[in-house]
Amino acid sequence: VLVSVICSPPQNYPLYIRSVPTENELKFHYTVHTSLDVVDEKISAMGKALVDQRELYLGLLYPTEDYKVYGYVTNSKVKFVMVVDSSNTALRDNEIRSMFRKLHNSYTDIMCNPFYNPGDRIHSRAFDNTVNSMMMQVC
Amino acid sequence: LLLPLSETEQQRYSELFSRCCPPPEAAAGGGSSGGELFRASQLPPDTLHQITEICGAKRVGYFGPAQFYIALKLIAAAQSGFPVRIESIKNELPLPRFMALKNDGEVRYGTPAELHGAKFQVPHATLEKNSYKRTDEGDKQEPKSPPMSPICSPPASPSTYQRIPLSYGYGKARSGLEQQHGAPYEVRHSTHQQDGPSSGNYGAKPALASSTLNRSLSAEREQPESSAHYSDDPWRITEEQRDYYINQFRSLQPDLNSFISGSVAKNFFTKSKLPIPELSHIWELSDVDCDGALTLPEFCAAFHLVVARKNGYQLPETLPETLLPDYLQAASLKPIRDCMLFDSYSEPLPGGQQTRDFGRTEKVSAEEVPDNSALLQDAKKEDKQALKVSTALKTIPKEFQHLTVKTAAQESNALKARPRSRSYSSTSIEDAMKKGEEPPTPPPRPQKSHSRASSLDLNKIFQQNTQAVRSGWLPPPPPALPPRPSVAQTEQVSEVELHPQMNRPPSQAEENNSAKKEVVLAQPPSKPARRKLRTETQGLETPELSPTINVTSSSHPAVKPHLPVQKQSSKQKRAIQTAIRKNKEANAVLARLNSELQQQLKEVHKERIALETQLEQLRPVTVL
Repeated sequence: VLVSVICSPPQNYPLYIRSVPTENELKFHYTVHTSLDVVDEKISAMGKALVDQRELYLGLLYPTEDYKVYGYVTNSKVKFVMVVDSSNTALRDNEIRSMFRKLHNSYTDIMCNPFYNPGDRIHSRAFDNTVNSMMMQVC
Repeated sequence: LLLPLSETEQQRYSELFSRCCPPPEAAAGGGSSGGELFRASQLPPDTLHQITEICGAKRVGYFGPAQFYIALKLIAAAQSGFPVRIESIKNELPLPRFMALKNDGEVRYGTPAELHGAKFQVPHATLEKNSYKRTDEGDKQEPKSPPMSPICSPPASPSTYQRIPLSYGYGKARSGLEQQHGAPYEVRHSTHQQDGPSSGNYGAKPALASSTLNRSLSAEREQPESSAHYSDDPWRITEEQRDYYINQFRSLQPDLNSFISGSVAKNFFTKSKLPIPELSHIWELSDVDCDGALTLPEFCAAFHLVVARKNGYQLPETLPETLLPDYLQAASLKPIRDCMLFDSYSEPLPGGQQTRDFGRTEKVSAEEVPDNSALLQDAKKEDKQALKVSTALKTIPKEFQHLTVKTAAQESNALKARPRSRSYSSTSIEDAMKKGEEPPTPPPRPQKSHSRASSLDLNKIFQQNTQAVRSGWLPPPPPALPPRPSVAQTEQVSEVELHPQMNRPPSQAEENNSAKKEVVLAQPPSKPARRKLRTETQGLETPELSPTINVTSSSHPAVKPHLPVQKQSSKQKRAIQTAIRKNKEANAVLARLNSELQQQLKEVHKERIALETQLEQLRPVTVL
């Protein structure tokens, strides 16, 4: 199970949500939404070191659910959130980081597109492909 | 299935067959020309579908002689009103009729030209063939026959289906498509179009015909047979297209080696009226290095995709390799030469140009090749070709609504196209220019110069001044200082001069200088404070005037005893009055000048201060 979300400042509404598999998507949406608070908390706490990849929360958000939520923030306060199954222990920190890096790169490519208005939902096929391939890799 | 063919039938059919399938490819009836033929029969699409099915082309995968003959017979049957059945053809039937306007109305399979001409003039529902286009070419192979593809079953694999039959007349409600299409693609592709490969292609085509052209297009591109279907590839940019794209690029960005920024390109492509998501996708595809700017090959690719999309092609998921920047760059980018060629083509436009909806079902087919070669030989052909080209090009910009593609005057068309296309991107040019200029360096501060006092050589002084400002503050007075003594000297000189001139009628109105001088000198008792006009010529400011005035006044007493003024008092009065007027004017001018100079002085001073503060900031340690 893998969910990735990109949320943009300032209102933090999601620009892109993709989850594999697609059931229970709403639950993940909710999870991501709540995790945004934690992200913001960390941002304000961090101060200067915003650029680094960061772990949002390695562990359980809710005791009942068994997934981990990772977060990543760019310079422009665009948040990437990824929710992975806890049972998927094969996923290590490095892998998560590399996934975020890939996401970030794809996001940058989208930004370069003059037809993309920042703040729009992301409909790019190339981006979808990247995300899909990433998710397939994990699951 | 034994098909009895009468003598005439045999003759005709074999004629037709050989026509449809030139000798090199004797095996299979060229689908394209066969399709053309069938279309020319003016039977409804469904009938033709049926016919193709029955004749077994579908089964076999191509139109072999047998299938072809059967099909012809069936056509004849259909034309005679018989149902399209195998049984029908067992009867004696008249020869199938293929409309040819050139002939009167008999069964025609005259010359190939006739044949083709006939086909062309068939007012096909969705296909609009323009006769002029074909008339000069004999054995043109029609682009893929629409009837073929829809008739045959959906492709087993699109792999062999290279042709992109854009305008599938039959059964495809793509009329708009056909009209749009074609022009870019029918434009002469590169030369080595032979009937051979294309007909071979055609042969295979019926089997492959994909009913969903659009969908198949994407798949087609990955064809390994790209070499064989070189000209058919819709994702391959032809020379004319390239030229056109390059021209467009130039209009946005004169430097062909530079790139078009994202916003400029966005404005440009938005004019194509494609929906933004599609444009976004096109951009994604074409901006390979993802830098937010389009180099020339990237731009060509993007433009090509836009054109393709406008013509109904689905956008591919990935950039076709023929549109890759490397590929495009490797493929000769001879913009200048090509553009010259293009110019030469567009010039000779014959009359009677109709709106070109070439309705080419396929892109360049074999006929293009003969076109190419013939083009250079035959002036008429050249005209037609040029017409094609220009139309093709016009079809491209047709998508851009602000361009009027209506072919009012052929000659002006192609020529119009280019200026027109330039006009709509004029704003983007300015943007591009602006952007190109501003980021690199801030524009140099304009040198202020006095227009009014151009004769006064103020410019020089100003430059001196500004330079002086840069190096350090040099007050304007120093340049003015030298004149002062000279004024005094000239005063002396003029004194001497005046002696002999005193008796002259004071008609010095014309001569400001001399008048002023003389008047001043002549009226020392009455107007001692007369300013010297010479100071004006030297561009002195008022402070400088005063010294001169002083000089003047100082010289007056010396002058006084020398001048027998009283005798010409009346004349002098007049002269004085004119002189007064002139002096006042000069005074006003100088005063204005003075204020302006003061203003500039202030500004320059400010500049200097700003620079000094900058310097201070830059210097980590103040150096005293």
